[in-house]
Amino acid sequence: MSVSEQTAAPAGAVPEGAAHVAHDATTPAHHTSTGLSNEKLAMWLFLGSECLLFGGLISTFLLYRTREVTAGPPVGDIYDIPFTSVSSFVLLMSSLTMVLALSSIQRADHRRARTWLLTTALLGATFVAGQVYEFTTFVREGLGYTTNLQGSAFYTLTGFHGVHVTLGILMLLSLFVMSLRGRLPSGRAETVEIVGLYWHFVDIVWIIIFTLVYLIPA
Amino acid sequence: MALTEERPPLELAAGDEPVRNPLGAFTRPSSSYGWRSWLTTVDHKKIGILYGATAMVFFALGGLEALLIRAQLAQPNGQVLDPQVYNQMFTMHGTTMVFLVIMPMLAAFSNYLIPLMIGARDVAFPRLNALSYWVFLFGGLFLYSSFFLGGAPDGGWFNYAPLSGVAYSPGHGIDFWTLGLQITGIASLLGAVNLITTCLNMRAPGMTLLRMPVFVWMALVAQFLLLFAIPVITVALFLLMFDRLFGANFFNVEAGADPLLWQHLFWIFGHPEVYILVLPAFGIVSDVIPTFARKPLFGYPFMVFSGIAIGFMGWGVWAHHMFASGIGPVSVAAFSLSTMFIAVPTGVKIFNWIGTLWKGKLIFTTAMLFAVALVSQFTIGGLSGVMHSVAPHDTQQTDTYFIVAHFHYVLFGGSMFGIFAGIYYWWPKIFGHKLSERIGKAHFWMMFVGFNLTFGPMHIVGLQGMPRRTATYPEGMGWDLMNLLETIGSFLIAISFLMWVYNVAVSRKNPHAGADPWDGRTLEWATSSPPPAHNFDVEPTVEHLDDWWHRKYGEDEQGRPVRRERFTYLSRVDEASRLAGGDEPDVDVSAIHLPSPSYWPIVLAIGLPLIAYGLIFTYWLAALGGVIIIAGAFGLGLEPSVDPDAGHGDHGDHGPDEGHDQELAEVGAASGGDDDEEAS
Amino acid sequence: MSEQTTAQVEHEEYEAQTEHGAHDHPGERTYVGIALILAVLTAAEVATYYFEDQLGGLLVPSLIIMMIVKFFLVVAWFMHLRFDSNLFTRMFVSGLLLAVGVYLAALATFRFFG
Repeated sequence: MSVSEQTAAPAGAVPEGAAHVAHDATTPAHHTSTGLSNEKLAMWLFLGSECLLFGGLISTFLLYRTREVTAGPPVGDIYDIPFTSVSSFVLLMSSLTMVLALSSIQRADHRRARTWLLTTALLGATFVAGQVYEFTTFVREGLGYTTNLQGSAFYTLTGFHGVHVTLGILMLLSLFVMSLRGRLPSGRAETVEIVGLYWHFVDIVWIIIFTLVYLIPA
Repeated sequence: MALTEERPPLELAAGDEPVRNPLGAFTRPSSSYGWRSWLTTVDHKKIGILYGATAMVFFALGGLEALLIRAQLAQPNGQVLDPQVYNQMFTMHGTTMVFLVIMPMLAAFSNYLIPLMIGARDVAFPRLNALSYWVFLFGGLFLYSSFFLGGAPDGGWFNYAPLSGVAYSPGHGIDFWTLGLQITGIASLLGAVNLITTCLNMRAPGMTLLRMPVFVWMALVAQFLLLFAIPVITVALFLLMFDRLFGANFFNVEAGADPLLWQHLFWIFGHPEVYILVLPAFGIVSDVIPTFARKPLFGYPFMVFSGIAIGFMGWGVWAHHMFASGIGPVSVAAFSLSTMFIAVPTGVKIFNWIGTLWKGKLIFTTAMLFAVALVSQFTIGGLSGVMHSVAPHDTQQTDTYFIVAHFHYVLFGGSMFGIFAGIYYWWPKIFGHKLSERIGKAHFWMMFVGFNLTFGPMHIVGLQGMPRRTATYPEGMGWDLMNLLETIGSFLIAISFLMWVYNVAVSRKNPHAGADPWDGRTLEWATSSPPPAHNFDVEPTVEHLDDWWHRKYGEDEQGRPVRRERFTYLSRVDEASRLAGGDEPDVDVSAIHLPSPSYWPIVLAIGLPLIAYGLIFTYWLAALGGVIIIAGAFGLGLEPSVDPDAGHGDHGDHGPDEGHDQELAEVGAASGGDDDEEAS
Repeated sequence: MSEQTTAQVEHEEYEAQTEHGAHDHPGERTYVGIALILAVLTAAEVATYYFEDQLGGLLVPSLIIMMIVKFFLVVAWFMHLRFDSNLFTRMFVSGLLLAVGVYLAALATFRFFG
C-alpha cells in the first residue's frame, strides 16, 4: 500500500492545465492519473488477490499432507511424477506461446497471432486433459475425493487450478474468434496482454504446485 | 437527448455490432427516470444510493433479529424463542450486520463519494460497479431465502468447525451461509478492484495521493484489505461447502482433520474485516469533524499513515481470536504482542480527532454529534480490545457477554455511528435537502442512550460469566436486572431507528439545501446538490488539500481565513448558492460522454444465486445459472461501455475527459469479462 | 463505421510507437531464451526426483530455489514486470508477500515446520 510517492509523481509533477498535453507527449495512450491502463491495473490487483486464494488452498494441502490418513493411500504414494512432469512442461511452454501471440499482435501480424493463441489454448487443453487422466487414474488406485484428508485437499487444489486453466482457455478462444472477426486490431493488443497476464499467473501457480505438492516429499 | 432508445437485453449475444445511439446530451433519459433506469444504471451515484437503501433494509431485518434475541433474554428462562430459532437469530443477526449492513453501507459511501472527492466523472469500471451491487443484492436475498427453505444458518457468524458440519447442523442453513457469503464476497472483490483502480487512476489533475480527503484514503485502505481478505474467507467457505455438499474431509475430525484450520482461515479474514468495517467510518468522521470544528484536520499525514499502518498490522493479529483454542504459548505470546501494538495507530487517530476539536468553533449538528460519539464510544470499545490482548484476561472473557459488549462498542459505537454521521452529513448532497436537525438530534440522543443502555451492562454480566450464544439463563445469577436494562436499551435503539425513518420520510418537504450547506472543505461540495450525472461541468484542477475550502477562503495578514467575495462552483448550481457568492462555470457540457446503461450486470448477477440454489437442490438449476453467467460475461465483455460513435463522431471539441471515456469504453472486453468469469 | 476504422488505424500507429519506442519490450528471441532456461530448470527439478537419496538435505532447498527462479523468470519477462510500471509490481508483490507471510505464520502455529 505504499504507493504514495510512486503514483503521486505524475499527477503532482504536472502543472495545472498542462496535464493532458504532458500525458500525450510522454506516456502511452492512457489518460489516467498514473498514466497506466485501468484494465491492466485491475488485472494486477486481481492477481494479487488470487495469491491469497491459492495460498490458502496450497497451505491446506501442505498441512494435511503431513497428517496420517485413516483410509486409502496417501496421495504421495500414487503420484506419477514422469507424467505430471510432462504436463507441467506443456503448461510452461504455453506461457511462451502466449507471449509470442502478444508480440505478434503488437506487430499487427494477425495471422501468426491467431496461430499462437490457438496453440496456447491447445497446450492448455492438453494440460487439462492430462489432469483429467491423472484424476481418473488416482481414483482407480483407490484415492477418491472423499477417501481421506489428502484426497480432498489434493483434488480441491488441483481441480481449482484446472478450472482456472479452463477459464483461461475460454478467454483465449474468445480472443481467437474476435481476431478472426477483425475485432482485435493491434490497438487492442492490451486485451491480449491482460488475458496473457492471467494465463501466466495460472502458469506460475502451477510452478509452485508442481514443486510443493508433487516434488517435495512429505 | 437522443438516447431515448433502450437496448433490448439480449441484443449482443450473437456478437452483433451494437446499435449506435449517438450521445448528444449530458443527461440521458434512459438513465435518469423511471424504475427501469435503476436496474440498468452504471452511475456510481445511483449505485451508491442502491447500496445504501439495500443496506438500511437489511439493517431493519438485522435489528428485528436483535430485538427477538433481547426479548428472549429480557428475563431468566425466557420462552420467546426456542433454542433452535435462537441460534438462527444470533447467527443471522451477526452475519447480516457485518456482511449485509456495514460492508454495503461503506460501499455505498465509497461509491457515491470517491469519484466526487477525487474529481472524477465516475469509477474506473462503471458496469463492473453495477455488477458488484447486483451480485451483493442477490447474495443477500439468497441468504435470507433460507428462512423459507428449511431454516436459516445456526452456527454463529463464524460457524466454527466441526459444529458447522453436516453431523451437527444437518439442515441446509449453513449451505445457504457458505454460498451466500461466497456470492457477496464476489461483489466485494469486484468492488475492491474497481475502487482501488479508481483511487489510483481516476484522480483529477493535481489531486495527488496526499491531497485526497481522509475518507478516500480510509476507503482505499479498506478496499485493499477487502482485496486481500476476501480470497481467504472464500477458501474457508469453499472448503466448508465441499465438506457439506460433497463429503470432503477438511473439517472431518474422524478422518484426522484439524478444526483449527477453519479458525485460522476465518480469522485471517476476520481480523482485517474488522478494519474493513471501521476504517471507512473513521474516514467519514475525519471529514465531518473538521467541517464542524471550522478547522483543518489536525495531522492529516498522521491520519493517513496511521490508517495504512492499521491496514498492515491488521494482518498480524488474527490469532488473538483464538487464545482459548490451544494454539500454544509461543503463538499466544506473539499475537498478544502484535495486538497491543495495533492499538498505537488507532490511538493516533483518536488524538488527532481530539486535536481537531481542540479550540475549534464547534457546531453540534446531528452529523457532528454522531461523529463525536464515534470518537468516545469507539475509544471504550478500543480499550476493552486492549484488555483482550492480554491473553490470560482474554481467556477469562472468551465466549462471555464481555466480548459481545466489546465488539458492539467497536462496530455499533464505531461503524454505525460513523455511518449515521455520514448519512446526516451527505444527505443534502445526495438528495438536495437536509434531514431535519430537530428530529435528527432526538434520533441521536435516543440512539446514544439506547446503545449505552444495551451494551454497557453487557460488560458487567460478561465479567460475571454470562455466556454468549446461549438461549437462556437461570434465575439467581445476578444477571436479571442488567439483562432487563439491555432489552429496554435495545428497544430504545429500535425507536431511534424509526425516528430516522420518519425523518427520511418527511425530509422531502424540506427546502433545497444548496450546493454547499455545511460550508464544506472537499470537492463534492463544489458541485450542485444532487450532482449532475457527470459530477462536474469542469474537471477540477486541484492545488491544495481541502481544495474547495481554499477556493472559498483566502487569508488575511494574521493568517486567519477570510471568505472570498466570489468563487466558482464546478457546475451549475441553484440560485441560493449563487447569491451566496458562488459563480458558475461557463462551459458547454454537451461534449461530456458517460457510459451507457447496461442490462448485463443484473443478468449476469442473477446467475450466481441460481448456481447456489442448484448446488443445494438440483444441479439443473446450477447448469442454467452457469449458462446465464457465461452469456452475461460475454455480453458484458463484448458490449462497448460507451457508444463508439459518440467517442469518435465529433472530433475536435472534446474536453480533457475524452480519455476517461475511452478508458471506460474498453472496460468490458478486457478485465470486465475476465474478472467476472474468474470470480465465479 | 468508416470513421471508427480510421480511428483504429490511428490508434494502431500510436500504440505501435509507444509500445516499441517507450517500452522497449524484449523481442521474441529473448522469450525463447527464457523458455529454454525454464525448460532446463524444469528438467533439473524432475531430475531431483531420481536422485532424492544422493541429494539428501539439499533436496528441498534446491527445489525451492529452482521454483522461485522459475516463478520470477515468468513474472519478470513473460508478464513484463521488469519493463512495466513499478506500481503493478507493488500491487502484485503486496498480495504475494502477504500470502506467503500470513500462511507461513498460520502453518507455523500448527507446528508444521518441525
